[in-house]
Amino acid sequence: MTASATTKVRLDEPYHRPLLIEGAEDLASVTNRVCGVVERPKPPRAWYIAITISGSMTLMLGAMVVYLISTGVGVWGNNAPAFWGWDIVNFVFWVGIAHAGTLISAILFLLRQKWRTSINRAAEAMTLFAVCCAGMYPAVHVGRIWVAYWLFPVPNQMQMWPNFRSPLLWDVFAVSTYATVSALFWFMGLVPDLATLRDRATTKLKRVLYGFFALGWRGSARHWQRFERAYLLLAALATPLVLSVHSVVSFDFAVSQVSGWHTTIFPPYFVAGAIFSGFAMVVTVMVPARELFGLKELVTLRHLENMNKVILATGSMVGLAYATEFFIAWYGGNPYERFTFVNRAFGPYAWAYWIMIFCNVVVPQFFWSKRIRTNLWLMVVVAILVNVGMWFERFVIIVTSLARTYLPSSWGYFKPTWVDVCTFAGTIGLFFTLFLLFCRFLPMVAIAEVKTVLPAAHAHKENGHE
Amino acid sequence: MSEAQGALHSLVAEFDDVDGVSAAARAVRDAGYKAFDVYSPFPIHGIERSMGLRATRLPWLVLACGLTGTVLALFFQWWTNGHDYAFKISGKPLFGVPANIPITFEFTVLLAAFGAFFGMFVLNRLPEHHNPLFENERFRRATDDGFFLAIEARDAQFHERATRELLQSLTKHTVVACHESGESRALPVWVRASMAGAGALALVPLAAIVAARYRDSTQAPFHLIKDMDSQTRYRAQAANPFFADGRAQRPDVAGTVEFDRFRTDPALLTGRAGEAFVDQIPLSVTAELMQRGRTRFAVYCTPCHGGAGYGDGLVAQRAATLQEQAFVPPASLHDPLVRARPAGQIFDTIRNGVRSMPAYGRQMSIEDSWAIVAFVRALQRSQNASVEDVPDAERGRLGTR
Repeated sequence: MTASATTKVRLDEPYHRPLLIEGAEDLASVTNRVCGVVERPKPPRAWYIAITISGSMTLMLGAMVVYLISTGVGVWGNNAPAFWGWDIVNFVFWVGIAHAGTLISAILFLLRQKWRTSINRAAEAMTLFAVCCAGMYPAVHVGRIWVAYWLFPVPNQMQMWPNFRSPLLWDVFAVSTYATVSALFWFMGLVPDLATLRDRATTKLKRVLYGFFALGWRGSARHWQRFERAYLLLAALATPLVLSVHSVVSFDFAVSQVSGWHTTIFPPYFVAGAIFSGFAMVVTVMVPARELFGLKELVTLRHLENMNKVILATGSMVGLAYATEFFIAWYGGNPYERFTFVNRAFGPYAWAYWIMIFCNVVVPQFFWSKRIRTNLWLMVVVAILVNVGMWFERFVIIVTSLARTYLPSSWGYFKPTWVDVCTFAGTIGLFFTLFLLFCRFLPMVAIAEVKTVLPAAHAHKENGHE
Repeated sequence: MSEAQGALHSLVAEFDDVDGVSAAARAVRDAGYKAFDVYSPFPIHGIERSMGLRATRLPWLVLACGLTGTVLALFFQWWTNGHDYAFKISGKPLFGVPANIPITFEFTVLLAAFGAFFGMFVLNRLPEHHNPLFENERFRRATDDGFFLAIEARDAQFHERATRELLQSLTKHTVVACHESGESRALPVWVRASMAGAGALALVPLAAIVAARYRDSTQAPFHLIKDMDSQTRYRAQAANPFFADGRAQRPDVAGTVEFDRFRTDPALLTGRAGEAFVDQIPLSVTAELMQRGRTRFAVYCTPCHGGAGYGDGLVAQRAATLQEQAFVPPASLHDPLVRARPAGQIFDTIRNGVRSMPAYGRQMSIEDSWAIVAFVRALQRSQNASVEDVPDAERGRLGTR
């Protein structure tokens, strides 16, 4: 390769840029660095502190769920007229966060964005954990959780079948399919790395456990060939899937006749919001994780900056969606629709609405500045605010529309109970507990994939390819 | 290497980089070997061409799985909602493709993803937790930074010395032989025994359910979760100290209209004996019954039939005034045809209605209906009487005028 060719390639092929993987990494050092996190005898002290806090919160979640099931849904604030409250708000919030992982794994893979290799594993894991938090809500909010299987088309003694024409059932299928496919995708990518951990294991227990889940992977070229093809196919399948999931979630609202919900903009608007919140969560989690576990050379500032650019782009899309909603509420000439939107911005929930606008529309605009989007502290602050804003977006959509519907005599004001608050805090605890366990016991970075973007992965001789 | 060596499995050559192993793969392929493989910590771009591998069949498998998902989902939605348990929701069609698209799509993706995931592992013959190559300490670098090429002994062209020479000419590392493990590859006896035991135990609940399904029992069904099957309420026939008479089941309030009390007298209940109507009122006709009949007649019958039963009640009069064409005028109870009807038929008409007259069986008790029959009979007598019907003692008060 001549010098001029190298310069040219730098612009077109990101994996030749020095920033993608920093330092003089070779195959063995990548293995050592990622496996070193898992293999060190003790995790850093911050890990213990973090898991103590998040573990306690998870226990609280367990207590709240037991209290809810043993007492009834009345322990939550949901009541006439707002029959959907924090349960659905939090469900949509967590499902939204779950979109970043598959987006990074699948869409960026299809678009050949090689920078994804350093962050896709952690983002996919985050997806799974967020789906756990999200999936919990529909399961427990049905009240009689022991008949939750009625959601699925299981033959039963009532000889009834679920209504397949209902968006709520579409939701069951979309979210469970998404959870399953994300788990398969994640596990498949993990198998070669589990084999690496198996082959480096120093104790018999580790060798047996990692070996069991590595399924006997030995890096055979015949295996890699099918593996890569399966990975490509899964990415191609997961791409429309990830877009469909939040579209279907938005159908829960859009197919109803509640003003403020009954709009065709919902599917793309929800998907943009989901990617927005998901990337914000990846940044929130990855910045401390890369500091804590010494992965700064693999997860570089360039990765974080790229994610911040995605946050800026999707945040602007979300802002555009808010404006479009308002425009259509006026332009559509429907007095109920117009009332709903004026009520959102200036009614009893105006405080929530303006928090949402500030966090989702105003705050991400700071990322136009390279100084801010490459500053670790500031990017975390922005990412956290974006997550707050996205929570309020779901709250505003669900609660303001329900609290003031067509019948003024039944208007009300939704108030959460302490159980609502503790349950939500508990899901945050569950999310971080799972993530911390993941960091400790599984390779946080896709070792085999990162190796493919190293120079050593490419044949250099003229006859390297046929 | 383990002490107990079995048959030769393969000859393994190690390489330091992608170029070396790729060149070696081409050389081995050109030498005509088929049963050889390259091992690397990551997928090597273009190695399948160097090795002369054919494209995998996996995409076809995934396509087949996806199409199966599409067809299954569509069929299942039609069969459940459109056929087996058809019910109308919001006037939507029982089976309409647009409403079934989301689930069809999700199921297509799900089955296609299963095809890609499980298909990849099955075609790769994984999981395979033991392979002779794992016996080689150096081979562990295949998941770290080592590159290996192994020619298996089962290849038709394999010749230990010639193959070794070929491999040695390609690498600067020493070519090593890899042997089948001398130990049996079968699982230890205790593992197999416990797996069989666990399998047998897993069948026990299933067997218990099947046994219970086909056996009669006098026991109440067992409910793990009570739901609404068990409630804090009194059952029929139970005692309840709250009431003075100690009965939980309360007697009917006076005037309760019965529907299904257990009574067997067909004449009383239906006004018929066999097919034919009875002509006798099956109750004893007393002054009280007659009085009850008079008041019930005034309430229920007068509006149409009129106070004296000539079919000239207020409803009929108004209909005549408005010249309602569709109105069927109420019969005069004094029409010879009506008078000739047996008591049971009048009772039947009251209970079940006739033409445009509604049925009153759900509004008045059996006894009240018979009371009206008795009163109607008296009315008919009164409007069609001759002087002879008047008792002698009273006759003087009539005919004197």
